[in-house]
Formats: sequence, C-alpha cells, structure tokens
Amino acid sequence: MMFDIVGKRFWFFLISGVVILIGVTSLATFGLKAGIEFSSGSMMTVGFEQEVDQGGLRKELAGLGYANVIIQSVGEDEFLIRLPELSGEAKTELEAGLTARFGALEVREFDIVSPMVAAETAQNAAIAVAIAAIGILLYITWAFHRMPNPFHYGTCAIVALVHDTLVAVGAFSILGGLLDWEINLMFVTGILAVIGYSVNNTVVVFDRIRENLLKGERVGFEVVVNNSLVETLSRSLNTSLTTLFMVLALLLFVGASIQNFAVVLLIGIIAGTYSSLCIAPQLLVVWKKGRRGKAEGR
Amino acid sequence: MPRRNTQVFIVALIIFALAACIVLPVEEGLLGKRGIRLGLDLQGGIHIVYRADLSSLESGERDGAMDGVKEILGNRINPMGVTEPLIQRQGSDRIVVELPGLSITDKEKESLSRVAVLEFGELAAEDEEARWENKLGRWKPATAVFDGEEKELTSRYFRENTYLDRDNLGGLRLIFEWDEEGSKLSEEITGRLAPDKPLGIFEGNEALLGEDGFPIAPIVRSTIVDRGEITGLSLTDAERLSKQLNAGRLPVPLEIIYDQTVSPILGSDFVEMSIKAGLIGIVIVMLFMIFYYRLSGVLASLALVFYGALVMALFKLIPVTLTLAGLGGFILSIGMAVDANVLIFERIKEELRAGRTLGAAIEAGFNRAWTAIRDSNVTTFIVCGILYWLGSSIVASAPVMGFALTLFIGVAVSMFTAIVVTRTLLLLFVATPLAQRTRLFSPHLGRK
Repeated sequence: MMFDIVGKRFWFFLISGVVILIGVTSLATFGLKAGIEFSSGSMMTVGFEQEVDQGGLRKELAGLGYANVIIQSVGEDEFLIRLPELSGEAKTELEAGLTARFGALEVREFDIVSPMVAAETAQNAAIAVAIAAIGILLYITWAFHRMPNPFHYGTCAIVALVHDTLVAVGAFSILGGLLDWEINLMFVTGILAVIGYSVNNTVVVFDRIRENLLKGERVGFEVVVNNSLVETLSRSLNTSLTTLFMVLALLLFVGASIQNFAVVLLIGIIAGTYSSLCIAPQLLVVWKKGRRGKAEGR
Repeated sequence: MPRRNTQVFIVALIIFALAACIVLPVEEGLLGKRGIRLGLDLQGGIHIVYRADLSSLESGERDGAMDGVKEILGNRINPMGVTEPLIQRQGSDRIVVELPGLSITDKEKESLSRVAVLEFGELAAEDEEARWENKLGRWKPATAVFDGEEKELTSRYFRENTYLDRDNLGGLRLIFEWDEEGSKLSEEITGRLAPDKPLGIFEGNEALLGEDGFPIAPIVRSTIVDRGEITGLSLTDAERLSKQLNAGRLPVPLEIIYDQTVSPILGSDFVEMSIKAGLIGIVIVMLFMIFYYRLSGVLASLALVFYGALVMALFKLIPVTLTLAGLGGFILSIGMAVDANVLIFERIKEELRAGRTLGAAIEAGFNRAWTAIRDSNVTTFIVCGILYWLGSSIVASAPVMGFALTLFIGVAVSMFTAIVVTRTLLLLFVATPLAQRTRLFSPHLGRK
C-alpha cells in the first residue's frame, strides 16, 4: 500500500477532536460577537492622516463618552469603530472631537442599522441556514441512495459538515475574543458556501468508494476505502489548492473590508478538505468495523 | 467525430469573440460607468432605508401617502444634483434611497427626511422645557390652538410658491405665503409676540444662520397673517431653502432604519485591489495547472481565459451589479472553475495508466467525470439559491445577493467551459503529432 491513510484514522480523529475542543472552550468562554447587522448599532471606518495608535483612540473615544467601544485596526492608521446607534448630530460631534485630537480624518464608511432591521436580518439569516441545512440533507439523501448503506454514508457526510462548521465557528470565537472580530452576514454567507463546497468533496470521495465496491474485488472494506482515498487524493487536494490560491489573493490584496469573509473561507476550505479526506471516510470504516465486531462477538 | 469537434471549436471561438466584444474596449473602463455596473460599496455612495410612521393614517390612505413621500423625496433630491438617484418603495411602509457617488453633505442628508424644513420658536420661560438653545436664549416651539388642538408653527403651512426677491436696499428676501391653517396660527402667534418679542427660525436641531453667521430671529413688529419674509440669508442658503420648501412637505414622519455611506475613494481602491487579486490569483492557478498537468494545464488555462471573458460578458449583459462581495464570489469561482478540469484530467491520467490510447482516454475521462462534475456542483447551486433568497429578504441585501449571483454564474459557466472548451481543445490536440507524447499529459507516466 502506497499511502496508508485509513490506518492513521485515530490520529485524524484526535487532531479534529483537539481543534474542536479548543473552539468549543473558546465559545463557552468568549462566545461569539455579533456584528451590527445582527445586533444593531453604528459602524465607522475612519482613516487618519497622522499616526494614531489604537490605545490613544480608545482613550479619546472614552473621553468623548463612548467607553467600551470595539475598535479593530484594519490598515495603516485606519480603524473600524463599532458604536451604539449614532444620530447624524452625534456623528458630527464625534468627528469634530476626533479631528481636534488626532488631526484630519476621513470617514471612509459609515453604517447605521436599527434594531428593527437587525432583528429581521438575524431572523432571516437563521431561516436561510435552516433551509440550507434541509436542502443539503435532501441532497445527501438523494446522492447516497445508490450507496450500499445510504444511512451510513449520509450520516458520515453530515458529521463532516458539522465538523467544518464547528471548526469555523470556534475559530471565529477565538478571533472574536482576541481581536474583537464579529460575526456578520458575510460570515454566514461564507459558512454556507464552505459547507456546500465540503459536501461536494465528500461526495466525490464516497462516489469513488461506491465505484470500487461495485468492482467486487475481494479485499477488505478498509482497503477499498484507502484505495479510493488515494485515487481521489490529488483531485481533492488540487481543487482545494486552486480555491485556496484565490482566497489568499483575496485576503492579501483586497484586505480589510473582506478580511473576515476571506478568513471564513480559508478556514472552512481547509477544514472541509480535511474532513472529506480524514473524517468522513474514516468514520465509515469505524462504523462498519464496529458493527462487524459486535456481530462477531455474539 | 473530428469534424463535429471542429464545428464545436468554431462555435466556441465565436462565443469567445462575442464575449470579448461585449467586455472590450477596456480603455473606456472595464468596470465603472460604461462597463459593468458597480454597487454602492464600490463606487461610493449612500444607501438609506426609511420607515414611514403611518400610524396616524387610515389603512386606505397609507398607500397614497407612501407614493407622496416617494415623490417629495424625489423633489428634494433632484436639486442636489445627484446623478442617477434611485428612490424606491419597499414593502408597505419603507422607502429605499440610493445616491451614488456621495455628492451630498451630511447636512443635506439629514434634511431629506425632515417633515418640515423650517420650524418656528419663541423664547421659553425659565421653568419651561427648551428644544433649542443658542446665544440668543432658550427656545421652545411656537404654538397656537387651531380646531381645538395645539399646533406647532412650521414651514409645513407654507404654500409651495416661495421665491427670492431683493428689497429697496438690495437685501435678499425669501418670500413665503401661509396656507389657510398657517394664517390662523401665524396670526395668533405673531399677535402675541408683537411688538417686541423675537420669532426664532430653526432648521432641524440648529438655528437658521444668516449670512453674518448669526441666528436669524427677527423681532415681530406687527401681526403677520398671509405672507412673510425671511431676510439676512446668504444667496446659497436662500436658494436651497426655497427649492426645498417648494418641493413639498412629507405627509408622515420618516425614520432612518438603515444607512450605509461609503466614500468613493474607498470604493475605487476596492475595485483596483480586486482586479489585482483576481489577476494574480488567475496567474498562480494557471501556473499550478501547467506545472501539474503539463499540456492539459495549458489547455485548461486557455479555457480559463475563455471562462473569464464569458463571465464578464454575462455580468454586463444580465446586468449584474457588482459589489465587493460579488467580486469575492467571482474570484472564488475562478478557483472552483478549475475543479471540473481537475476531475477530468485526473480521470484521463487514470485511463492512460490503464493503458488506453490518448483519444480513448480523453473520451472516457470526460464521460466518467461528468457525473462527478454535475453532482459536485449541485450543493453550490443549492446554497447560491438560498443565499439569493436571504439577500432579497433583508435590507442590507447587496453583499449576500451579489455573492450568490456571481458564484452561481461562475460555477455554471465553469461547467460549460470545462465540458465544451477544454474537451474540444484536447480533442483537437489528439489529431496532432504532439498526442503521441503522453508524457506531455502526465509527467509521471513514463517513469513508472
């Protein structure tokens, strides 16, 4: 056997387990920070002509009556400031206050989301996630009805999908705790795109397992799964690589405004590729073995 | 078979030429005014959603009132000189206003949704609550009783025929006329203030300032009934006010429930950076494909150029309004577009290893990869459909919808280019002497 992937399955489970445990711990400690799209408020992107450090900005904002605001540095002397819902007048005052302290500034972007719109957005995003979950479940049921044990294959694909989501959400909880990154609409969009992408990968691998099983070679299930993985390995990796190249280009050259979105995609694609190779097919093997083990025990 | 292939190749070339004609010429701007439509986040601008408070109206009157609000907002925006403003009703009580290019000031933005442009005030007593405060004192709204109800005097009682005029000494005057209700209120209020108390004039939260920078608050000498004048204004202010006053009054108060303002400089940066990211990404993907799949990779890269032109042409034809997230979706789809090619090439390699001739391997590779290509894009299409719905159902819709649409177009076109273009190119090569050298297709084959 050239590569023994299946034989290392417990290491793969361990790695995933540790990553997810860290994520879940962070979720329990920090939780997730909701962006203004979901929780209402104002967001301001300000660029300063002179050098400004985050600590000084925080202090000045506190002096202007905005204590405990979230500040994220998004470029050279450019900051994203998350504020309560600001009226036009309050915004003008704030700008004047900051100009007086730090010199000329430019408000590059300013958003206001009212509680009504935020509640609507959060609700519809939740509905979209639910519908997407149902749609993908239906697709999985359909895609695996040809498989020998459709329920097994479907369940393993879903576990892989939950795995990817947990990794991405966990990572954002850590980023939220450390760097004040927030969950916004584009995060949800990115997660959904990644889930669709990861299920595709899993389907390609499972498809090959099915094809090899149908050939009817007299080798163990474990060997069939391993062969299928090796055969599809370069395809899975190459596809993920080309997509990762584009995501990295997006992250490095477009930067700040799309940064959170690109990072969701980056983490999601890596997690998705990993789970479709190292989690879903391995679970299939464990499940099959476990059943046989029980049957033999009787 | 070869003849059919040549025909397909010619058709593909024609499609490519057409796509190129639609996308080019680049010098007039690939993106921007004459090229692909850009969303507000890329060209800069203001996107506001107002909610009207319709509680004071009967259900039968609401629709008409909303149409009225839309018309008046249009009247107020037009004199500001915004190019291509968009004013749309949304749902039963909302109005969306999109102003590209950010050509209005914060103050103008605020004045858009004010029910009345001007409000009048009188000095408040010590124990009374004040709405405005300035160097002339503390002010409360000037009110009078009409029809048994206490009403505030504002410019909503002006007739929509204000005009500018010069008095004998050349001073600028803004002349206005009260409507019926306004006359009664004005009569009562000015009667009470005359002959020595001031009447303050306010615009929003601030006093109306004269040319000299001082608040305008004339002393009422005598009772004003039908018509009045405001003096001391600068010419720009006077012209602006007159236009706004004549634009009409909003039948109901408006509340801003969503506001996104992007500076045009930031937007143009995004476009430049996205193009750069896209180009660098494409080049890396092409290099990778050529390195890994050799001749097939070269053909896949050609297919990728075809793909880019076709997607751009579709963006322009549909037309798709491109947002930053949309650009992200497009850039992401380039990476995914290669997937179909990768599936096919891997299959071809396997078939070659199994000892088939190149022609047979290509045919078998395409046929066997097709189900995997189809299946593997289904979930992306499902997700795109759901995201599009999500985008259409919420106020901050542009990014999500843009992403869904561009990703969908990108993946759909990628299936077409892989199956039609890459296949045709590959089959054309089979007929050439190059085809004898299978190592061009898979570097490792010869060594094993």
